[in-house]
Amino acid sequence: MKYIFQFARILAFCALGELLHMLLPLPIPASVYGLVQLLLALKLRIVALEQVKEAGTFLSAIFPMLFVPAVAGVMELWGDLARILIPVLIALFPVTVLVIGITGRTVQSLMGRKEKEHV
Amino acid sequence: MSEFLSQSAVWGTLLTLAAYALGMWVNRKTGKALCNPLLIASVFLIAFLSLCRIPYPEYKASASPISYLLLPATVSLAIPLYEKWELLEKNALAILAGIFTGTVTSIGCIVLTALVFRLDHAYAVSLLPKSVTTAIGMDIAKELGGIATLTSAMIVLTGIVGNLLAESICKWFRITDPTARGIGIGTGSHAIGTAKALQMGETEGAMSSLAIAVAGLITAVLAPIAASWI
Repeated sequence: MKYIFQFARILAFCALGELLHMLLPLPIPASVYGLVQLLLALKLRIVALEQVKEAGTFLSAIFPMLFVPAVAGVMELWGDLARILIPVLIALFPVTVLVIGITGRTVQSLMGRKEKEHV
Repeated sequence: MSEFLSQSAVWGTLLTLAAYALGMWVNRKTGKALCNPLLIASVFLIAFLSLCRIPYPEYKASASPISYLLLPATVSLAIPLYEKWELLEKNALAILAGIFTGTVTSIGCIVLTALVFRLDHAYAVSLLPKSVTTAIGMDIAKELGGIATLTSAMIVLTGIVGNLLAESICKWFRITDPTARGIGIGTGSHAIGTAKALQMGETEGAMSSLAIAVAGLITAVLAPIAASWI
């Protein structure tokens, strides 16, 4: 029963997120509202960590699998993707590598940590 | 076969679980980053659906219990974030500056690509939000006159690229700090990249989920400005 209640608490924050998404005219998805609200509730001790922990850990563990149906949806869009193939490939590979690399380097150098040279 | 499929409520979920189990098995056997479970499972599913001539919408409807868990799973990312709160507070400025720089890089590169290849406006704005989470990205594309389904495909593929290359990119750019790694992965490849970050470590996962939310918000503000140039 403990896990059912934990799951119910998480679902309650999903519902709160959906409510905010409906009420506010911003392009912010329900999931981000829900995440911020759960974080605030934990911070303000409205919800204790033990009241959501195991269910949340389970959901994090299966996270990659939840994207399988969405990724398979790419099969319906070959036509559009093929029409602008080269820009698509540029956007996918070099741009993604640059964004992750530059972001990480910026954070790391601003944090002023010593780098380990041999990675 | 198709009669059974249209009667059965569980086949899509079962097929997804089986495909993912296959992906994990191949990943364990080969131990290669390219044999990523999510990628293998998706390729297998696409091949299976195409060979059996099952229309994607039918599969999608039957696999809806899986997609249903996406919302609670994303909301649960608040838990690792809460556990890493001190780290977050201590490095707030570096983290924000990093996410901002990354988002500007992403939008800037897409604007350049669009100008060089003279992409139609609709295509160009569909590529703009490719690094942010699907829900935010699709709203941005719709708002700017893009093709939302194309954006969602680009977002998903970007996530796959990030998920596959995350560890290598950190090596190439010599990013060793877990916080910096997580922020980079989340800014560049949203939730699908975060799935990888979670496997790299708790701090990586927490920071990556934070970056999804912040990068999404910054993109929502900057994309309309960039869209007026292309």
